[in-house]
Amino acid sequence: MQKRLSVILTATLAGLLSLTACGGGDESDPGKPGDKRLTIYSGRSETLVKPVLEKFEKSSGIKVDVRYGTTAQMAAQLLEEGERSPADAFLAQDAGALGAVTKAGQLATLPQEVLDRVPAAYRASGGQWVGVSGRSRVLAYNADQVTQDQLPKSVFELTDPRWKGKIGVAPTNGSFQAFVTALRVQHGDARAKEFLTGLKANEPQIRDNNVQIVADIDAGKIAAGLVNHYYVYEMAKERGGDPATLKARLHFFPDGDTGGLVNAAGIGLLKRAGSDPDARALVDHLLGAEAQTYFATQTFEYPLAAGIPAAPGLPQLAALDAPKIDLNDLDTLDATVAMIKESGLA
Amino acid sequence: MRARRSPRRVLPRPGLTVASAAAVAVALLPLVYLAVRAGEAGWDRLTTELLTERLAVLAGRSLALAAVVTAACTVLGVGAALLVARTDLPGRRAFGVVAALPLAVPTYVAGFAWIATVDGFAGFWAAALLLTVCSYPYVFLPAVAALTRADPGQEEVSRSLGRGPWATLLGVTLRQIRPAVAAGALLVALYVLSDFGAVSLVQVDTFTRAIFTAFNLGFDRTGALVLSTVLVVLTVLLIGAELTTRTRDARYASTAVRPPVRLGLGRWRWPAVTALLAVLALALGVPAVGLARWLAAGVSRPGSLAEIAAAAGGSLSVSLAGAAFTMLLALPLGLLAARAPGPVTTLLERLTYVAHALPGVVIGLSLVFFAVNVAYPLYQSRWLLALAYATLFLPLAVGAVASAAAQSPPAVEEAARSLGRGPFAVFRTVTLPLTLPGIGAGAALTFLTCMKELPATLLLRPTGMDTLATELWTHTSTAAYAAAAPYAAILVVLAAVPTWLLAARTGLTDPGGTR
Repeated sequence: MQKRLSVILTATLAGLLSLTACGGGDESDPGKPGDKRLTIYSGRSETLVKPVLEKFEKSSGIKVDVRYGTTAQMAAQLLEEGERSPADAFLAQDAGALGAVTKAGQLATLPQEVLDRVPAAYRASGGQWVGVSGRSRVLAYNADQVTQDQLPKSVFELTDPRWKGKIGVAPTNGSFQAFVTALRVQHGDARAKEFLTGLKANEPQIRDNNVQIVADIDAGKIAAGLVNHYYVYEMAKERGGDPATLKARLHFFPDGDTGGLVNAAGIGLLKRAGSDPDARALVDHLLGAEAQTYFATQTFEYPLAAGIPAAPGLPQLAALDAPKIDLNDLDTLDATVAMIKESGLA
Repeated sequence: MRARRSPRRVLPRPGLTVASAAAVAVALLPLVYLAVRAGEAGWDRLTTELLTERLAVLAGRSLALAAVVTAACTVLGVGAALLVARTDLPGRRAFGVVAALPLAVPTYVAGFAWIATVDGFAGFWAAALLLTVCSYPYVFLPAVAALTRADPGQEEVSRSLGRGPWATLLGVTLRQIRPAVAAGALLVALYVLSDFGAVSLVQVDTFTRAIFTAFNLGFDRTGALVLSTVLVVLTVLLIGAELTTRTRDARYASTAVRPPVRLGLGRWRWPAVTALLAVLALALGVPAVGLARWLAAGVSRPGSLAEIAAAAGGSLSVSLAGAAFTMLLALPLGLLAARAPGPVTTLLERLTYVAHALPGVVIGLSLVFFAVNVAYPLYQSRWLLALAYATLFLPLAVGAVASAAAQSPPAVEEAARSLGRGPFAVFRTVTLPLTLPGIGAGAALTFLTCMKELPATLLLRPTGMDTLATELWTHTSTAAYAAAAPYAAILVVLAAVPTWLLAARTGLTDPGGTR
């Protein structure tokens, strides 16, 4: 009776499931070393990274399959996949995410000659990841609302009542978290906590990400904000003009102030690709002159290898009076997160 | 014979029940994952994460937002439905179709447009407005369908007993369509709980936002998942609340539909038209202007026509797979709900909603977990994505099938059987044709919702495959709004096709309003 109908339905369902099982298998990368195929998980945006990877495919003859997502999401996915991850390489927006995957023991150690191409501050002390491009924390400000002489010498000044309600921050963003961790490393937990409490009391403008902060600064909705340096350049590019035509300007914190932390976007290889010559070729390509020039001129980041200069208009990395902080010391993210939550910022 | 197949049996139609249970099991996959991870976190972690004042505030705000939006959508949806289905509103057929179209606009696209258009568009009421204009069709569509099919007999009785047209409308008609409206309102409430795109753009701290924050803060999966368990509890409460509005006999349609009595609006004709136009301007006009501005203000351009076509193809293929798979699971459940109502059926049907309020990222991760541990060959295939869509959107499909099946009286099937047809022949020649409109409606609704889905798609799509939603996300995340605009426009246009079909099948567009 009705049973037969249900049997048919169930059978169809089962049939579909088994069909899918076959369909899925063909597409996945077998991931053998040297098979001229790589699967890359990219927490960096497709618009920024794709041109570099296309060049790599052309010059090396290695086919890359790329998954794009946010850095946090890609990290979560890698951690969930564990040993069965089909990924060969993880391109991340900041050192913190690479650190989280490193902690789970999923990244292979890179050869010393690869690591040595990048200054020690911008690579894992254990050698599990290497920085590809640098990004400086800055205070972006609206030139109509903040004058040169009002710009703070130190990020600590932002807790001053003068800045009440005027500062944009993105507390859930990895770059902000790395900055707070750097505060803790440089000045101790007590001082960092005091800063966060003071910042919260100053009624900051909370945003989800740096793009929104920079857009609001340029539109005059916020006077200033703590962001990474290249967002203003990205916006200028979208508007088709010179950064000088924007209302949003950059202020690099002087004298080694923590507000000027330079973080790195980097790459780590999953254990299964540790000895894969294809994966090694990818790392070499990203640290080579061509890719480094691309990051300098197209994403407006700081090249970390091959002696390539920064984009015109930007102070050179060496000329930045960045705080002397080893990114490896920024691995106590849990404490930072607890502190940000406690302060009420996120 | 009749007595033996009475629907009062505790476990009716075992085969159908088993197939339904299998469908429910799929819908509950995310809960298994949540339970595993919450178990790993341990009791101490659970209590320290959950028993905080901040979480109470967030949960309160999420529920308040859900309440406000649901109430607003109910008023707007039922109001618009009455206007187009039961009055002499000028241009009511056109309004009937256009009023459903906001369903095609993803909330994150609408959010971007509103922010760009209105200065200082932020906060609780901004979120409430945004979510209301995007989701009232969830109430409007079932309300129109119920109104055009409701048995006019009851109204005629009411009128003949001396009640006026408006009193009859309030006392009889609204009562008739109550189950349909309540089901739509539940979908709205659950959608508000799960939404992240809109609330994050207008900076409202809701429970879902806390879940995303936890993922981003220190890449803390466990904390995020522990928080998600609260959403499940809230959902169960909402489902319980909606159940209390159900009447025992939800079969409100008659097979012979006569044209309903239309009320004269009199001098309220033009104010009513103006009000509808205002709603449509907010729901459709603002996003259209926003997209046009993106295009005009930026110099970035999407890569090429081929890239756009590939993304559109990706969207269509995963959404079709998702809709097909969802309908396959929904069919036994919908038939069971219509043919064998009872406690077991109600339980099974309600269970499909439990995961509906979970944010897409949690559904995505739970299926990553499922595939990696149980069904590795499925991992990162479009079938796993289709499975994710099924877990997310099963309630949308079940509702459509159930209401269509409920409108075809079982007596027709029984007559066919008594005349000697076998059960499969009856299914093929009677049940299926009668349920087909419902299957079509469910598929259309699921399809367009799949098109708009982003977080689970990002986690589960085959490596290297793009959809319109993922491309839109890619470009907006680097402030390349002009490049994003064409993807958004095509997404809205493609999603508008099934929306139009949905609106068309409510019966409004038929000449003379008869079927």
